[in-house]
Amino acid sequence: MRARVLIRPKEGILDPQGQAVERALPALGFDGVENVHVGRLVELDVDDTSKLPEMCERLLANPLIEDYEVLTVE
Amino acid sequence: MKFGVIRFPGSCDEVDAVLACEPHGEAEILWHGDRDLKGVDVVVVPGGFSYGDYLRVGAIAQFSPVMDAVAELARAGGPVLGICNGFQVLCEAGLLPGALLPNTELRFVCRQVDVEVVNADTPFTSECATGDLLSIPVKHTTGRYYAPEETLAEMEDGGQVVLRYAEDHNPNGSANGIAGVSNGEGNVMGLMPHPEHAVDPLTGSADGARLFASLAAAAKVRVA
Repeated sequence: MRARVLIRPKEGILDPQGQAVERALPALGFDGVENVHVGRLVELDVDDTSKLPEMCERLLANPLIEDYEVLTVE
Repeated sequence: MKFGVIRFPGSCDEVDAVLACEPHGEAEILWHGDRDLKGVDVVVVPGGFSYGDYLRVGAIAQFSPVMDAVAELARAGGPVLGICNGFQVLCEAGLLPGALLPNTELRFVCRQVDVEVVNADTPFTSECATGDLLSIPVKHTTGRYYAPEETLAEMEDGGQVVLRYAEDHNPNGSANGIAGVSNGEGNVMGLMPHPEHAVDPLTGSADGARLFASLAAAAKVRVA
């Protein structure tokens, strides 16, 4: 099974990368953009998708500072 | 007494760490793939870019075989010091509270900073006095210390904030200006500044040597 794991900074934690992108877009003429956050995408083929949350908790994300979302593709 | 300094693939400050330890005791490099700590009394997890900082700083190194042995030493009360990337590894391994996030300015910072000794009653700072200022360099991109508010409050109350950047010296946006923290038991410490690069007046400061002298003194008491 193909899976995608989206990892993003936890809400409330300062995200300077997101802020930098948010400032850069208007400089290119793209107005009306806010709440930009930059995270990571991990794609993987797994036999047992039930293991994905534990994989996220133990390695793919750091639950203290990041939220994760597991999406299965097919 | 003997210091052990871990070498991961991607470590780069382990040789300076050995040189910083040697005036105070024996020192030897421990390979990350070995589970054997070779009888060392103190472990130093050095700076660098273990496993290329892949995924997250310190995330992969926490699963190195040697880290099982380090966790065992820490559980038995043995002193463990993590410097920069070593601090990040110890946080990822759950041996220290909190995490290190990208610097607020998103830039690599490399400069001499003053850090204040907040708690001199630790195996890492016993050769200092509370309130002493140490001049030590920082060099990192991911050094912004973070812990949830309630954890920070507990750490402040419990003496776990060991070092704090002096006013106007916080290079990375760390919460409460925190430069170095210990675990609740006080025998594991991590800091972002590099004391191993401040052991000779020739390079600007020898203040960092006081941390290694403290560790040697603590280890001798523990062994005796």
